[in-house]
Amino acid sequence: MNFQNILTNLSETDPEIFERTSERRSVIKNWSKGIALTALPLALGSLFKKAYGKNTGLITDTLNFALTLEYLEAEFYQTALNSSGLIPSGAPTGAIQTIYDHEAAHVTFLQQVITAAGETPVAKPTFDFSGGNGSGSGPFLTAFSDYDLFLAVAQTFEDTGVRAYKGQAANLITDNVALEAALNIHSVEARHASHIRSMRKARGASVKPWITLNQSGISNSAVQPSYDGEEITSQAGIEITNINGENISNATASESFDEPLTTQQVLAIVDPFIV
Amino acid sequence: MKKSTNETGVAEQQSGSYSRRKFLMYTGAIAGTGLLLDACRKEQQSSTVPNDPNNPGPDAVNLGSGDFGILNYAYALEQLEAAFYTQVALTPYSGITPDEMQLLGDIRDHEIAHREFFKNALGSNAITSLSVDFSTVDFSSRESVLGTAKVFEDLGVSAYNGAGKLIESPDYLLLAGKIVSVEARHAGYIRDLLQNGSFADSTVVDMNGLDTSRTPNEVLTAAAPFIKNNIDASNLPTS
Repeated sequence: MNFQNILTNLSETDPEIFERTSERRSVIKNWSKGIALTALPLALGSLFKKAYGKNTGLITDTLNFALTLEYLEAEFYQTALNSSGLIPSGAPTGAIQTIYDHEAAHVTFLQQVITAAGETPVAKPTFDFSGGNGSGSGPFLTAFSDYDLFLAVAQTFEDTGVRAYKGQAANLITDNVALEAALNIHSVEARHASHIRSMRKARGASVKPWITLNQSGISNSAVQPSYDGEEITSQAGIEITNINGENISNATASESFDEPLTTQQVLAIVDPFIV
Repeated sequence: MKKSTNETGVAEQQSGSYSRRKFLMYTGAIAGTGLLLDACRKEQQSSTVPNDPNNPGPDAVNLGSGDFGILNYAYALEQLEAAFYTQVALTPYSGITPDEMQLLGDIRDHEIAHREFFKNALGSNAITSLSVDFSTVDFSSRESVLGTAKVFEDLGVSAYNGAGKLIESPDYLLLAGKIVSVEARHAGYIRDLLQNGSFADSTVVDMNGLDTSRTPNEVLTAAAPFIKNNIDASNLPTS
């Protein structure tokens, strides 16, 4: 698949990044305030272009990585909304429509930002939502006919998205504008995850709006890599369980902090969904 | 004027655990105290807005500068949230369901974990424990409690989103990221409790699908009515 190629240099260091950062800072200072919302992607793109020139930078690669995840989510929800009889009418359809609208907006936003920067947005891959790597017969074969399975996959995608954006934040630390945009997407994905989890809980699943230890609350073990690593209870060398005499269990300590996924971990998770 | 009136705040917060009659007695007493406080504040207002982060006054809590300043800023917000949910758990609103009780208790514990984490991470650089003022919150009312929770959670999300770019250290940036998504999960849950389906509505998410960011000054101004201490954010980084 092509997805790997997009990201080959993601993990490479960028020797010119600090040089460009100083230029970027002056660009940001000159950037006019109160810019119209509709002009934001264009303005962001222009900003990247000024900061990065014609180089394919870490930031563009990071944004293309994010774009690919947004393609995955947007098409997943679009397919679900088009699957007659899958999602109950009323509140459930309303919620999934809201989430789809955000994912579609993220796709458009990232495409516009990358294009305006003079770079090329990665093309949308062909997806296999059965998780069968193109076979169409993976473990989530019935995700568009089995509502509970659909919600389970949705939860996994949202939780994975939250972890994926978190893992990319450091790649954007040199660019205030890109970082803030990514953070503003990241927390929307977490709001989505919270709601999908509440939807599952209302149907009897053993989940909360937050992630407890490395528990998915999903019987299909294929989702487990999206939850591995969430169980840690120590942050920056500080043990959170029973911290300072407070009654904080291991489970609560793990819930209190969401954990990142590396690029390679995310690639391994989404690989079965990409033909 | 020094605004440390802890006794009043504590008495008021605990009123939900007393009988209605005693509650009324308390509110009467507090209303009087409140008038006194208001009078004092008005005197102060002649030159400054109370808790104006741009004009903090000499006795203000100084958050400091650099990454420690941002961590103290987060520590202040987590103190506020932890104190709020601690009170919610002590005096549950009428009609609270067992499920709400459990999940609001979870949120309390998450905020306490965040608060204590920042306290330990900051060590000797940590600001003092802040005094909170929840006199505008009716802890017996579901609408009042959840409405306040919604304000705090959305404010917290926007605070971390806006603070990310102010952080120099990639490690601290990641830590802020680890916390902000938990706050966003809280925000989604609280919003759904108030109105199912409002977890990410257009009041917080724009047409590009982006959540809200706020500057420290915007956040501290919004939080000021709930914090008795004046806070000096003037040394925080601005980019």
